[in-house]
Amino acid sequence: MDIHEHQAKDILKRFGVPVPDGGIAFAPEQAMHEARKLGLPVVVKAQVHAGGRGAAGGVKLCKTEAEVGAFALSLLGRNLVTKQTDAGGKPVHRLLVEQATDIGQELYLGLVLDRKSERIMIVASREGGMEIEDLAEEQPDALVRMVIDPATGLVPFQSRELAFKLGMTGTQIAQFATVMRGCYRAFRDLDATMVEINPLVITGTGDLIALDAKMSFDTNALFRRPEVAALRDPGQEDPREDAAAEHGLSYVGLDGDIGCIINGAGLAMATMDMIQLAGGQPANFLDIGGGASPERVVAAFRTVLTDPNVSVILVNIFAGINRCDWVASGVVQAYRELNLTLPVVVRLAGTNVEEGRRIIDESGLPLISADTLADAAATAVKARPRMAA
Amino acid sequence: MAILIQQDTRIIVQGMSGRIGKFHAEDMIRNGTNVVGGVTPGRGGETVLGKPIFNTVAEAVAATGAEASLVFVPPPGAADAIMECAEAGLKFAVCVTDGIPSQDMMKVKRFLRRFPAERKMRFIGPNCAGVISPGIGFMGIMPPHIYLPGRVGIVGRSGTLGYEAASQMKALGIGVSTSVGIGGDPINGSSFKDILELFENDPDTDAVMMIGEIGGPQEAEAAAYARDHMTKPVVAYIAGLSAPKGRKMGHAGAIISAFGESAQEKVEILSAAGITVAPTPSAMGETMARVLGVKEAA
Repeated sequence: MDIHEHQAKDILKRFGVPVPDGGIAFAPEQAMHEARKLGLPVVVKAQVHAGGRGAAGGVKLCKTEAEVGAFALSLLGRNLVTKQTDAGGKPVHRLLVEQATDIGQELYLGLVLDRKSERIMIVASREGGMEIEDLAEEQPDALVRMVIDPATGLVPFQSRELAFKLGMTGTQIAQFATVMRGCYRAFRDLDATMVEINPLVITGTGDLIALDAKMSFDTNALFRRPEVAALRDPGQEDPREDAAAEHGLSYVGLDGDIGCIINGAGLAMATMDMIQLAGGQPANFLDIGGGASPERVVAAFRTVLTDPNVSVILVNIFAGINRCDWVASGVVQAYRELNLTLPVVVRLAGTNVEEGRRIIDESGLPLISADTLADAAATAVKARPRMAA
Repeated sequence: MAILIQQDTRIIVQGMSGRIGKFHAEDMIRNGTNVVGGVTPGRGGETVLGKPIFNTVAEAVAATGAEASLVFVPPPGAADAIMECAEAGLKFAVCVTDGIPSQDMMKVKRFLRRFPAERKMRFIGPNCAGVISPGIGFMGIMPPHIYLPGRVGIVGRSGTLGYEAASQMKALGIGVSTSVGIGGDPINGSSFKDILELFENDPDTDAVMMIGEIGGPQEAEAAAYARDHMTKPVVAYIAGLSAPKGRKMGHAGAIISAFGESAQEKVEILSAAGITVAPTPSAMGETMARVLGVKEAA
């Protein structure tokens, strides 16, 4: 789960990381009021869950209140398209108004959950401001990595070592240790999966300050982090994914036209691959999960059909803890309740498959049965109305 | 013989008095698995499915000589339950639970390292279908009837895709020695490489079907192991050719976030290591048949 920059900064500040003074604004008047409080010049930053905001025109240094008001007016209520968003962009509903910082040098500091070492890893670089992926590609040697043992936590010498490698001197060494400790504790105590300060700035007077901040959290741990769960901004997420999650479905919208209803993440990905290899494009990833009731299957149909591009639906179930008869009942119920007219291809295998097939066959509905994964994908690709036309 | 589960392996089920734990334990017993008891804190002394329930894993080990555990404990207590198994001296544990926080798994992995080699517990999962040695027994949630007993090992992240592979092979008359689901989480117990190592050393396994997916470094690590240390053929499939970068595909770990984590890149790495990659997910069975055929002719 992602949060906004201003929320990440609030958290990091609580853990002792220095951040610029600022305030949040939902309207131009509010932005101007914040600017007046802070003193000009200020930096106005669009708050969206995506990087690349500066290059996309979502960040501006403003020298007058009028400038703040005009910039806020131009951003609020619009969608900001950055290189990390899709073509539709993300809606800007709030702005961060911050005191301008005197930038001496820009560094990169990130903490991630590293799958190779299975530990929290620090990634740092003297080259701040760039996207870490570009940095990793263009200057891999400029990155310094260090893993933290969960039994001891961050040990002070690690912060010192890193500070010297980043070229810091004097009081910066102690300041950097404070920043590192704050980031690590925030990561650990709040079940984060990523903390990124890019750039971490050394100001003209030689002090450290986090100019930007990004945090992501482990959704599996939200049950014990209500304060983090409360920071969620549904406006930044695909509403279909939220609606699907409420029914125990895992959904990801894609660009194609073949709607997919499948059990298991692996089989879902494999079915999408198979569709592509058969010459089609999947409209979505959807995993109905284990023990799916007929009602959950109907909810899956509803979710898939919120995408207007869907021209055919492929149901592919290999039941282990699922039951083919329940899924078949759900398919029949969905077809009738939702008055479906588009083609529906159904492939069932595994637990209670005979009973499931009987329900499909005896429904009297124009459902198309398929025996194998390959057959199901090929049939779905052929069944698209636009292909037939 | 097979890996991980043998005819006489004494197995307990943590969470056997719960609805899901009981349902699967019953299926395991029906299929000949040697379930000797269950553990549910506070329910010690009760009987479920004719088996004794204990308050702690240590008590279950003392009373039954249990060697392995299947963990059905919900996410908030799952990591704790796994560590309890290791401390009680079990040789092997499988955790099916989906939704365990990553930092809990980090702690589990660190905890497992505290034991000397001869006391180290092998751990499989979490968020996996479990382990089955067809005709012998199983620990997990898979439908046992789709597996034909035989001499090909299966290891995969996804449960359902493992079923797909087993049934494709069964249709071609190819049986399975053991099928292992290592789970879809970013931090998990045994890796692909760990399981390949077991199959390489198992006299009753002739070849391995490895089913990977996008995200993480484990397929690449397994490829290097297969290239340098394996004599048995490996057939692979990587799911997620059509998955967009940066989007989580159901499994917490199925996300392309670094170089080498896309399906295309993994296919290249595996092929370069001499592993035969099935071109489509529906060709897993026939690719294995071809590889076994070639091997017999050689």
